[in-house]
Amino acid sequence: MKLLQDRVGSITGASRGIGRATALEAARQGARLILIARSREGLEETAHQVENEGGVRPQIIVCDVADESSLKTAFREMHGYTKQLDFLVNNAGILRDAVIGMISTKQILEVLHTNLISLIQIMQFAARIMMGAKSGSIVNIASIIGRSGNEGQVVYGASKAGVIGATKSAARELAPHGIRVNAVAPGVIATSMIANIPESKKEELLGSIKMNRLGQPEEVAKIICVLASDYSSYVTGQILGVDGGMWL
Amino acid sequence: MQEDKLTLSESELILRRAFANGLQISEESVNDALQYASTPGWDSVAHMALIASLDSTFDIMLDTDDVLELSSYPKAREILRKYGVRF
Repeated sequence: MKLLQDRVGSITGASRGIGRATALEAARQGARLILIARSREGLEETAHQVENEGGVRPQIIVCDVADESSLKTAFREMHGYTKQLDFLVNNAGILRDAVIGMISTKQILEVLHTNLISLIQIMQFAARIMMGAKSGSIVNIASIIGRSGNEGQVVYGASKAGVIGATKSAARELAPHGIRVNAVAPGVIATSMIANIPESKKEELLGSIKMNRLGQPEEVAKIICVLASDYSSYVTGQILGVDGGMWL
Repeated sequence: MQEDKLTLSESELILRRAFANGLQISEESVNDALQYASTPGWDSVAHMALIASLDSTFDIMLDTDDVLELSSYPKAREILRKYGVRF
């Protein structure tokens, strides 16, 4: 029996990186998927890869999660596809690094809106669908930066610390409804989000990872799938580090 | 939308049932006096269950603003009219 056999799940930010890897792993584990992201091209590619691996072709919804009206439309569309939502992976996020004296209000709002406000709104919509079944699993993507902080990442760190707080609070509220809420906190993962980090900084980062290597998106995806599945049926409100021992 | 096919009294009965399911109370105790935070059992947690019940019963997705405004049984009727439900 596969981990997510016949489960219906939605993944935001599914056009690349951890989101795409999660879609592929969830499909391997038998899930039927609704994928959300801004890039139609990226979503089509993810859907194509899912199909190539023998999975059911996912529904795709093009949506900028930071745009509230677009988000509402996306969830209405999802509601039209299915009344079943067994798991949600709240993965959409952006990175806009700047030192504290160089952060514009526009940047602050952009990052908080995409990484935190929309994540909360998506949890609201998803929880409403899950409540009908009195079960479900929400997996939010936090970050090691939300726990430890990092130079140049005041806003990103604040947004991800917010994700951790939102996860724990939502877990308390939704547990009586049979809905679990957890987060994974990836360390330095080899995705396009870290492509612009200078080599010297990368070397420094590697030095702080006990396993002495970058993580792969697939390594995060596997943990997300466990949290989405009944293999973690008595786990809620937890923040699981996937960071090669970077945060100990 | 399925509601168009319903008679007025059917819509009212369905709404009453959705409230009873959402708030975990008997259908007999559903009436126009029901109010958020005043009616025993209709707290913020029950409100979420009520919204889920209304969403699934009427096959709609209430806007967040409507979720926040839905503060009484008559108000629910008023809001649902916006989604095409006839009473």
